[in-house]
Amino acid sequence: MSQTPTKAEPLILGNPTFASITEQVSEITERKTPLPWYILFTMSVSLVMLLFGMIGYLLFKGIGVWGVNIPVGWGWAIINFVFWVGIGHAGTLISAILFLLRQRWRTSINRFAEAMTIFAVMCALIFPGIHVGRMWVVYWMFPVPNQMGIWQNFRSPLEWDIFAVFTYFLVSSMFWFVGLIPDLATLRDRAKTFWRKKIFGFLSLGWRGGNRQWKHYELAYLLLAGLSTPLVLSVHSVVSTDFATSQLPGWHTTILPPYFVAGAVFSGFAMVTTLAIIVRRVFKIEHIITMRHLENMAKIMLATGLMVGYAYSMEFFMAWYSGNIYERFALINRAFGPYAWAYWIMISCNVLTPQLFWFKKLRTSIPVLFIATIFINIGMWFERFVIVVSSLSRDFLPSSWAYYSPTWVDILTFVGTFGLFFSLFLLFIRFLPIVAMAEVKGSLPEADPHSHDHGKH
Amino acid sequence: MADEKKNIYGALAEFTDPAALLAAAEKVRDAGYHCFDCHSSFPIHGMDEAMGLKRSPLGWIVGFMALVGGVLGLLLQTWVHTKAYPLVIAGKPFFSYQAYVPVTFGLAVLFGAVTAVVGMLVLNRLPHPWHPVFFSDHFEKMTTDGFFLSIEQQDQQFDAVKTVAFLNKIGAQHVELLQEE
Repeated sequence: MSQTPTKAEPLILGNPTFASITEQVSEITERKTPLPWYILFTMSVSLVMLLFGMIGYLLFKGIGVWGVNIPVGWGWAIINFVFWVGIGHAGTLISAILFLLRQRWRTSINRFAEAMTIFAVMCALIFPGIHVGRMWVVYWMFPVPNQMGIWQNFRSPLEWDIFAVFTYFLVSSMFWFVGLIPDLATLRDRAKTFWRKKIFGFLSLGWRGGNRQWKHYELAYLLLAGLSTPLVLSVHSVVSTDFATSQLPGWHTTILPPYFVAGAVFSGFAMVTTLAIIVRRVFKIEHIITMRHLENMAKIMLATGLMVGYAYSMEFFMAWYSGNIYERFALINRAFGPYAWAYWIMISCNVLTPQLFWFKKLRTSIPVLFIATIFINIGMWFERFVIVVSSLSRDFLPSSWAYYSPTWVDILTFVGTFGLFFSLFLLFIRFLPIVAMAEVKGSLPEADPHSHDHGKH
Repeated sequence: MADEKKNIYGALAEFTDPAALLAAAEKVRDAGYHCFDCHSSFPIHGMDEAMGLKRSPLGWIVGFMALVGGVLGLLLQTWVHTKAYPLVIAGKPFFSYQAYVPVTFGLAVLFGAVTAVVGMLVLNRLPHPWHPVFFSDHFEKMTTDGFFLSIEQQDQQFDAVKTVAFLNKIGAQHVELLQEE
């Protein structure tokens, strides 16, 4: 499995042909639904019911059912929001940034990574909607002419979030759908039953693979990738300004935007890797999502994990160097105060765990990768917890200090969002091609019309 | 005979692999045909030149619309904060353009992305599910691993007999005439 710099490894193993890839990926959506899928789907849908129940209870009783109170006015809701948005970022990075960097290995994973982004952003968007207290006037966040003559405060990061995250959701969804069109056409042409023909015929828009269409299509894809790249970098920067534009010690620091973006890529790739390990084993596509893909993702996690670790140490250093007693206290409080348990979980999961990936033996071991990526996601959730709660629970005046705990409603709402995420993901893997067939085929050496001229790709 | 000719959409030729299709496209282009297309399940590198196609204008359209989106974003915020609903917030000036950047950027990207998608569909005249190429039984395999070249009857040089012979000469595995309906 070694990669020598001068000779390109095959991206897909096992001497694939255009037909074999099409068959292997399409067939997953064409077989009878397996029983394990029904079982998992029932479990996730019941968690979705739990989510709706918790939201209904919240709407009925008010924010008091959550653990937030003065001084900790922001709790699990914003932590979960940032957590889910962060996870979404890996999908766009794989789809857009790796495309611009001409990393052809992305074609095996970009379809389900981008799907994961869309589902993660859907889970994220729930929280700004429900945390406002008066959910029935949530439309006040949107610049729509109204009879009261009121308009939004566009100078507020909370309003910036609306535009950034909604734009991110819409652009990711469109990018994903555009990428799907040729594959939907494949499923249409293979369809045997009435409903499959009609549905895939409708969704594929009559795509007939002519080069005149590919011409516009490829440019649209490139433009979407070019637009999504600054978008993904800006979205999590905007989310971080929710904190950075405040005056709170530990929050009011310019490191937050790049630190959040690196952390988002870090946690997103961890989720993609966790899902990739499961998907490739269950559907026996280990030759399409190969060890090379997993290893590349481990390297990206190592790089972003180091950035996150560097950010942690810089925060500490800057707090000391600033001489500001409140900033110094805020950082010491994180490590040794009442939330020290959360801080050290964060450090061990985010700083120590990725160091495993320095060692080839470990980063190419499936069990190690699987467990490490889950720990990384746990650690990243705790990072947002530490940032939000430690600064709020102990800010300037000791008389205002208090300890925050979540309630069962907080916890079950979060658990419910996993139900939503996995339900949507299960629907996706059941009905849609989990690998971008057209893109994988296009990246094979056989797809190059001049492949017999020279050895280079 | 005359009836049949009116109903012909064009000729559809099948080729074995991308290189063969590319070579055929060059020959069709050089022979002076204009109304033809090459079908494959993935875009083939160099096919635009082989067919003599010009670059897509989508880039210009998207760039323009992204600019429109950005300008609209700036105008909206400026109008809201200076005219429609001016609020004194922390003593900041009403026209606080630095704070307008995130929303402006978001709207520019949104307008650009929507234009890219809608523009691509419009330029490709999609959705268009009832195209004559789908009447071919062979064409079904295009999305799996087929490579096809279609020449439309409306091309000035098209002739039911000569064009089919030409396609056979340049290496087609199988040539058929497609009906309009």
